[in-house]
Amino acid sequence: MAKEQIYWEDVEVGTELPTLPKIADSLMLVKWAGASGDFNPHHYEDAFGKSQGTGGTIVHGLLKHAWLVQLVTNWMGDEGFMKKFSCQYRGIDRPRLMKTMNEPQDGETWLCKGKVTNKYVDGDEHCLDLEIGVENGNGEKTTPGTATVVLPSRG
Amino acid sequence: MVLDELKQYIGKVDPPHVREVEKGAIRRYADAVGNDNPLYYDEEYASKSRYGGIIAPPGFFGWSAKAIAASEGIIGLMTAMINAGYAGILDGGISYEFYLPVHAGDTLVASPRVKDVAAKEGKSGTMMISQFETTYLNQNGDVVAKATQHLIGRQL
Repeated sequence: MAKEQIYWEDVEVGTELPTLPKIADSLMLVKWAGASGDFNPHHYEDAFGKSQGTGGTIVHGLLKHAWLVQLVTNWMGDEGFMKKFSCQYRGIDRPRLMKTMNEPQDGETWLCKGKVTNKYVDGDEHCLDLEIGVENGNGEKTTPGTATVVLPSRG
Repeated sequence: MVLDELKQYIGKVDPPHVREVEKGAIRRYADAVGNDNPLYYDEEYASKSRYGGIIAPPGFFGWSAKAIAASEGIIGLMTAMINAGYAGILDGGISYEFYLPVHAGDTLVASPRVKDVAAKEGKSGTMMISQFETTYLNQNGDVVAKATQHLIGRQL
């Protein structure tokens, strides 16, 4: 199960993180609501979403944030540590509806992407700054962000 | 002035929330996200890792940041925003500083406060941008993380 650990020396400015695809469907939003405790009807009632001026049901910002956390932490491995993380919910995303009890209808797939923008040593920590974001099916970055991670060094 | 009224909430500190970080809650959170990292559910794998046991994904403190934030100062500010006509509330984003991992079984104390409120001109008119900062301490009194959330109020 464990992936091979990535080291600071393996990474350069411009190194891209493996893209993490995600599909937000009604099922995921319901599970997220329960697991996160966010029961705002904006995320499961179309009419309520319309009354809020966003045109219908929208994907939770914090769910997209959790995808981005997964992108970074699974890449940095067990020996890495994420010091900083930030993301902004700039664009509205709408979940796919369900085709069966557990399969979504055809539609949009979101891509979580990241790349290294800075590489430096801070005290005894080998750090990397990352630019990260969630792209919708049209390639628009609806959830841009940044992160700073500390990786082990072969030093 | 609406903004002056809202600014009265700045600095308001809510009573701390105390919560245990439950193993099952971590597993359900990771499952909801579709995050299959064994550090979050596999006891045997996690016990052999540097953490010595199951940890929570960064950004999960046993309960979501948003649920923790649902407290008096913040609810008070949100209610005042809605009453002033800024009733379309949207989550604007979040930023963290992480200091220590959160382990299953930790008891965390979350202290939220209203950090700022500001008006911003957007495409659809004036928006109110509020910021909340939550500090999380573990049972040893060490700060594990700080989170700052932005909630946006829009006129509908």
